[in-house]
Amino acid sequence: MERKPTLNKELVNRAVIDAFKKLNPLVMMKNPVMFVVEIGTVITLILTLVPDLFGATDVGRGYNLAVFLILLFTVLFANFAEALAEGRGKAQADSMRKTKSDTMARVVQKDGSYKEVSSTQLRIGDVVRVEAGEVIPSDGEIIEGLASIDESAITGESAPVIKEAGGDFSSVTGGTRVASDFIVVKVTTDPGESFMDRMIALVEGAKRQKTPNEIALTTLLAVLTLIFLIVIVTMVPMAQYLGVKLEISTLIALLVCLIPTTIGGLLSAIGIAGMDRVTQYNVLAMSGRAVEAAGDIDTMILDKTGTITFGNRMASEFVPVSGVSGKEVTFASLQASVKDETPEGRSIVELAHRLGENWPEPAYEGAEVVEFTAETRMSGLNLADGTKIRKGAVDSIVHHVHSLGGKAPADLESITNTIAKAGGTPLAVAVNDRVYGVIYLKDTVKPGLKERFAELRAMGIKTVMCTGDNPLTAATIALEAGVDEFIAEAKPEDKIAAIKKEQQEGKLVAMTGDGTNDAPALAQADVGLAMNSGTMAAKEAANMIDLDSDPTKLLSVISIGKQLLITRGALTTFSISNDIAKYFAIIPAMFILAMPQLQGLNIMGLASPESAILSALIFNAIIIPLLIPIAMKGVKYRAVSADKLLLRNVLLYGIGGVVVPFLGIKLIDMLLHGLNLV
Amino acid sequence: MGMGLLQVGIIVIIFLLLVKPMGIYLVKVFGNEESRLGKVFGPVERVIYRIMGVREQETMGWKKYAGAVLLVNFVMLILMYIVFRIQKYLPLNPDGLDNVPPGLAFNTAVSFITNTNWQAYSGENTLSYLSQMIAITFPMFTSAATGFAIAVAFIRGLIGRQDNLGNFYVDLTRTITRVLLPLSFVVAIVLVAQGVPQTLLGAVHATTLDGAGQTITRGLVASFESIKHLGTNGGGWFGTNAAHPFENPTPLSNVVHMVCMMLLPTALVYAFGLWVKDKRQGWALFTAMGLIFLVMLATVLYSEYRGVPAVQALGVQGNMEGKEVRLGASESALFTTVTTAATTGSVNNMHESLTPLGGFVPLAQMMLNNVFGGKGVGLLNGLLYLILSVFICGLMVGRTPEFLGKKIEGREVKLAAVAILIHPLIILAPTALALALPGSTASIANPGMHGLSEVLYAFASGAANNGSAFAGLGANTVFYNVAIGLVMLAGRYISIIMMLAIAGSLAVKRVVPVTSGTLRTNTPLFTGILIMIIVVIGALTFFPALVLGPIAEHMAAL
Repeated sequence: MERKPTLNKELVNRAVIDAFKKLNPLVMMKNPVMFVVEIGTVITLILTLVPDLFGATDVGRGYNLAVFLILLFTVLFANFAEALAEGRGKAQADSMRKTKSDTMARVVQKDGSYKEVSSTQLRIGDVVRVEAGEVIPSDGEIIEGLASIDESAITGESAPVIKEAGGDFSSVTGGTRVASDFIVVKVTTDPGESFMDRMIALVEGAKRQKTPNEIALTTLLAVLTLIFLIVIVTMVPMAQYLGVKLEISTLIALLVCLIPTTIGGLLSAIGIAGMDRVTQYNVLAMSGRAVEAAGDIDTMILDKTGTITFGNRMASEFVPVSGVSGKEVTFASLQASVKDETPEGRSIVELAHRLGENWPEPAYEGAEVVEFTAETRMSGLNLADGTKIRKGAVDSIVHHVHSLGGKAPADLESITNTIAKAGGTPLAVAVNDRVYGVIYLKDTVKPGLKERFAELRAMGIKTVMCTGDNPLTAATIALEAGVDEFIAEAKPEDKIAAIKKEQQEGKLVAMTGDGTNDAPALAQADVGLAMNSGTMAAKEAANMIDLDSDPTKLLSVISIGKQLLITRGALTTFSISNDIAKYFAIIPAMFILAMPQLQGLNIMGLASPESAILSALIFNAIIIPLLIPIAMKGVKYRAVSADKLLLRNVLLYGIGGVVVPFLGIKLIDMLLHGLNLV
Repeated sequence: MGMGLLQVGIIVIIFLLLVKPMGIYLVKVFGNEESRLGKVFGPVERVIYRIMGVREQETMGWKKYAGAVLLVNFVMLILMYIVFRIQKYLPLNPDGLDNVPPGLAFNTAVSFITNTNWQAYSGENTLSYLSQMIAITFPMFTSAATGFAIAVAFIRGLIGRQDNLGNFYVDLTRTITRVLLPLSFVVAIVLVAQGVPQTLLGAVHATTLDGAGQTITRGLVASFESIKHLGTNGGGWFGTNAAHPFENPTPLSNVVHMVCMMLLPTALVYAFGLWVKDKRQGWALFTAMGLIFLVMLATVLYSEYRGVPAVQALGVQGNMEGKEVRLGASESALFTTVTTAATTGSVNNMHESLTPLGGFVPLAQMMLNNVFGGKGVGLLNGLLYLILSVFICGLMVGRTPEFLGKKIEGREVKLAAVAILIHPLIILAPTALALALPGSTASIANPGMHGLSEVLYAFASGAANNGSAFAGLGANTVFYNVAIGLVMLAGRYISIIMMLAIAGSLAVKRVVPVTSGTLRTNTPLFTGILIMIIVVIGALTFFPALVLGPIAEHMAAL
């Protein structure tokens, strides 16, 4: 999968400009923490211009100017983080808008003639004809024809996909291109509501709504801000009572240091970047809520075919019945499959060739090919000499040889059962009235899945495999893949039932699907990931769409969802822990002249009151850009138990959050003092 | 000092030994299943329900429950106010005391209905026996029972499946009939045996050896003292509270007082664990509170034994100013820690006379307000911080935070945040106001850093519904009576409403099953984090005020 470059110069430049644009108070108001900082910035600006505005003061204009500048940068850094996070989505949306140029559509009139109209005039129900090389003007269902479609505009994948009328592969997306042949499409969306439009809006984050956890955290941060506001405001009369006069700019500096600006400044960037990471995996999440819910998933319901296994069964062994040699059964299987063009048939021929069997063309010249049908459930050849070669479902073959007067070998059943138990599909091979043996078709589990399921288990997520196979086969595959549970002989309604059952126990369920009959289950699940290759119904029911149509992506989305929450929690902890050091820097600085005994609290040994306050403030400002990489990439997430995760993050961001500012502030103080800046 | 520490150690062990049996009993009291308790107390309670018109089986959602709490408390508040205002015309006033002035009557009524027991008056020369009985001793039962009922209701919400917090009237009645009354009765008898008076007769007039006349006030002290400590109330019959020889005559009565204070707040935390069917959860919270308690205790002990350097230079060891010699430094230090941990507010020594660091401890415990805390509400405050910790830690393990299977979401965080915000607001804002106004600063006996502590202590005591006084502050003025009265009301009812709202909101949530991805909140790791968050949030909010008061004073004395 293609990963877009993380940063480039253009993005950074754009973010710098946006950082200034976001200074608009109406925009800032949405972020209560940073809005308080902005108000403080304005007040210190006024105090820089008119230092004596609130009464006589001992501090110089230079000090006020320094506080003002640091505060301004604090706000700008936070804005920059947000702008940077938004930048990539915006750039992507811009490039998508370019592809979604205004195309002309050929509408099929009632009398069968064509009329050229602009794609923006198409309405639901219109029927259009699209020729090779043309862009499909709107989302719709193919009602006639078969074509290969280039979907690179959406997926970035250049290999065209085949779409045809009827079935699960009939939906096409506006903005994609017909690569060959032609199709007639019935339009299913009005202008402005197409998949492409939604996708642009989503990657751009235009309609980004705060997620439940984000709202909860914003509330907490707002209340912390309010608490510190109370602390600072009430400090003034208390100090006055003791005869200490506090400078307005110093009070603002302390307030800004104490309120959680680090997380407040990075919070929206974390959310946007999280969504953006999902997009980079080529998954389109309909809302941040869905990504967050992914982090909470308790149970994953996965289709066996295509998700856990490759889905195409391959021949892995030819098993003879007693009295038949291995060579004979291999040859018979080859004979039965030479004209079979299905992937299974080709895999049988390939395996036979590898085992050294060959059956040159002339030998079956003029043979009649017996195609597979749902009734007979077998296929094969009738040779010119009357020899009937068949392969197919074991009971069908048995029935077939009975009808020719033969009978099933005694060990056929046991061989068949062994294969079924091992998760394979047995195909019996017969030449005339004699059964030669069984072809062992195997569905292979995708490599690496077992490890990923083990990771999920460590994270506390249960995996359930859904398959149409019989219980025996299902059990074997389940064991091989390492899933926790399986549902065998599953019908679409079984999936919904399974989801509802889990949900009733209070669990959050995720599932993937592509077919129209998956749609209700996708809608029922808390996180439904639809494949882009699937039907429109499935895509509309789901709250995420995987543009690469790779169902295992769900695992990545879960990790991103968790990472998103962890990043917020970690930076909140870091932000609050920082306050301890800031108190020890600023409180003694404020009172030391009036109460020299408080020198004992100056545990960092900061050089002077001014440098202590400015150092704390500078630390507070520069920690924001320093943490931008963590906000953007997310805190490292490993699939381990919650306890281990908590311990790690508490040590790193809690204890680290206490220690780092002590070092940082001291360092800045030494620099300021060394350079004689204060 | 060694003997003192040994005594303290033995008493702490007594606290611990009583936790489990009392906790088990509490769970039985509020359980629904028919038990022997029901057979014993049921008939009496049913008569009470009949008289009050309570339908025993009726259940209440959070709004109804909160409504009942407020209604009952409001009605009692009005009655108490009236009794104070007209006590002169009522019987049982052997010493002929006058009516209580309006400001003081308001302050006192609020003080006792909120379980604060802040006293801007001296009981023996302000209140008649009737007032002491029906407007002081009676609300000592009901306010403690109210706090208890709310804690029980909150726990029901936590483990509930629907918005059904129980029946407030039943909870209130049962707390009194099954817990407070029987215990008070036994303790009162013990106290009488120790020499605490219990009489309806008025003051005794005596002539001393050198011929001077002396009036020795007395009254229904033993019954008053027992519920005062069992219900973590704390108001004294006499102005000098538990330092008075009639309230606290012997070292043994001193121990009984302390055990009574700690008994129910500690047992309730254990009962919480039993209730939610997770004993480890109860112990985790208990450990967090217990460790903070021990650190606080050690600080007072160290500080009081060490004394003041300037006095030490004169050859005086330790700080005995404001302490009763018959009780000693260690028992006084323990009493100070216990009374502010359990937010009782009775004192056996004058907190103003503690060393600055020793005085810092009661202040800090009232600011935290959850080191076991007052009856019921202490547990609730502990759970409030727990919810906050769960929220922050839950995010750090990558899931929507959940506690006991219930998701902590926007609404809960909002309510919890308001409850957390209100405490510093009602301590710091009125302190600042009092220090800014010339009238209110005139009440300060020792201007300067110590004076700041006096005012800060008064409002912290009111906000935490503790009621102990730092002394030194002439608080019987209209300003302080009204301001502290309002602070007590806000400190009590706002957080109660918020917690009941949280309970109602949690009650209707689906229970999320526990997996290895779930944050475990009953581990030592989480307990450690909880302590950190309690201390850090408390320190961050009150650090500047504490620096200007006790910390600056302490550093100046070094």
